Amino acid sequence: MPENMTHVPYYPGCTLKSKALGYERSAMDCARSLGFEMHEIEKWNCCGASFPLTKDNLMGLTAPTNILIETEQHCKERDIDAKLITLCSFCYNTLKRTDFAFREEPGKLKTLNEFLNREYKGNVTVIHYLEYLRDVIGFDNLSKMVKTDLSHLRVAPYYGCLLLKPQKELGLDDPEEPVILHDFLDALGCQVIDFPGQVDCCGAYLIMRNPDKVLELSHNILEEASEYGAQTIVTACPLCQSNLDQSEAVRGEMPILYFTQLLAVALGLETEQHQFESHCIDPKSLISSCKKFKEFSDAK
Amino acid sequence: MLNENIAMVGDRTIPPKDARFISISIMGQEYKVPETLTIIKAMEYAGYQFKRGCGCRGGICGACGTFYRIQGDHNLYTGLACQTVVQPGMNLAQIPFFPANRADHVDLHLEKMPPDERIATLYPEIFKCVACGTCTRTCPMGIDVMNYIALFKRGDILEGAKQSFDCIMCGLCVVRCPANISQMKVAMAARRLAATQLVPRSKVTKDRAKLVREGRYEAMLAELGQMDTDKLKEIYVSREREPNLSEPGEWMPKDQSHL
Repeated sequence: MPENMTHVPYYPGCTLKSKALGYERSAMDCARSLGFEMHEIEKWNCCGASFPLTKDNLMGLTAPTNILIETEQHCKERDIDAKLITLCSFCYNTLKRTDFAFREEPGKLKTLNEFLNREYKGNVTVIHYLEYLRDVIGFDNLSKMVKTDLSHLRVAPYYGCLLLKPQKELGLDDPEEPVILHDFLDALGCQVIDFPGQVDCCGAYLIMRNPDKVLELSHNILEEASEYGAQTIVTACPLCQSNLDQSEAVRGEMPILYFTQLLAVALGLETEQHQFESHCIDPKSLISSCKKFKEFSDAK
Repeated sequence: MLNENIAMVGDRTIPPKDARFISISIMGQEYKVPETLTIIKAMEYAGYQFKRGCGCRGGICGACGTFYRIQGDHNLYTGLACQTVVQPGMNLAQIPFFPANRADHVDLHLEKMPPDERIATLYPEIFKCVACGTCTRTCPMGIDVMNYIALFKRGDILEGAKQSFDCIMCGLCVVRCPANISQMKVAMAARRLAATQLVPRSKVTKDRAKLVREGRYEAMLAELGQMDTDKLKEIYVSREREPNLSEPGEWMPKDQSHL
């Protein structure tokens, strides 16, 4: 399999290199097992973490534009599809919206190219890892690769904001009634807990200024998920994970996982490097309750 | 206007014979200077005497960072005054010094902190970087300044320290940064932290430091201290030197009494 592995350029973002190492490692391990290899682009900077909301503020677009330029070069050198995969919701949101802004208003790109004294041709498609699973691998195919029995697990999908909104610019899924994580969890064979708080805001970067408010907002989400019977929550966003996890440490014992960490368990991969120990609520006992299907249990 | 016949005046400026005169502007004042001079020599030719803004004259001390434009070109260029040759229509100003933020990076309270957190604590302004790349386009040493700041932001202090290694602290990136980051100072702190905490320690250095501390060289130093100047000069001139291109560890001096 490694021979014909699809080469997919990958933008990690700062958090995945520091606080969310487990997210990156699990995603990369799963990718390899699913037949694609995520290749970090050679040179990258912080995406800026927030898309500028003042329309004329092009300075806020310089960071994502530099990333798109590096991606374009990476792909050109290798003669591959200019498709950039991301994991962090913040990075996905910022890069995708920048790309959208350039498609809508090419004048902005012209100004930025002149300012940066570099050239972005506008050829990169920014996608989320979930999107790759849904549209390239396919959830049906994914379900056939599951090696661990998760049928007893009651998992609540939590989307947060930046993965879905604004829909017009991101276009990943419905912002109020999303299904992509539901379908993903379905494919893994676990019980999907559909709860109303799945698209509520966790408080995001208010954690720096007003941690009490964040604990309150996250607490509500956790309470709701618990009431609906969830044993664990999965998310795609490092900040949601961190806020929910910290809030849960005050409230209860429900582990908050990255969706890729659960995917790694489902695919029967070695998860020692996936940093479960860095979570406030240790998911190990929950994970160890998941056994491989008989036909895989003896396979080395 | 300067008299074009006095081509040989000016401190240490020896214009080539038959050099043509070109017109340049130094801090808004126009001068005619012989072509082929470096900026620093052209300025001296024009009558400037340097107390600041000039150091090694070899492109390595970082004292003579200079901004310039060329008549009719909106772009801003940078160079070291001792390395950059004057061009017709050059409009230049040297920046001998620019205020930079140097945090106290030997603060004992921070000593236990891992290097990545320490850099983030000492220089939180790096997180204001919007990746505009102006610093990279400014650097006269061709360092990708923006990229090493990006590396520090994500905690890769060792790689950032390596990538900033050619920095000569001219400070031109600091002048231009719209986020008010003092890139050169951040990188200096990072290189120090990398050297003390991240790079594997060399056993040879450790052994030598032990010898120094034990007083192995005290007598030799005392002897040199007493020596008269002529004798000192003599032994300096006749000293054994490692050839410039010898492989590491290959060369040994004939006199090994100091090792």
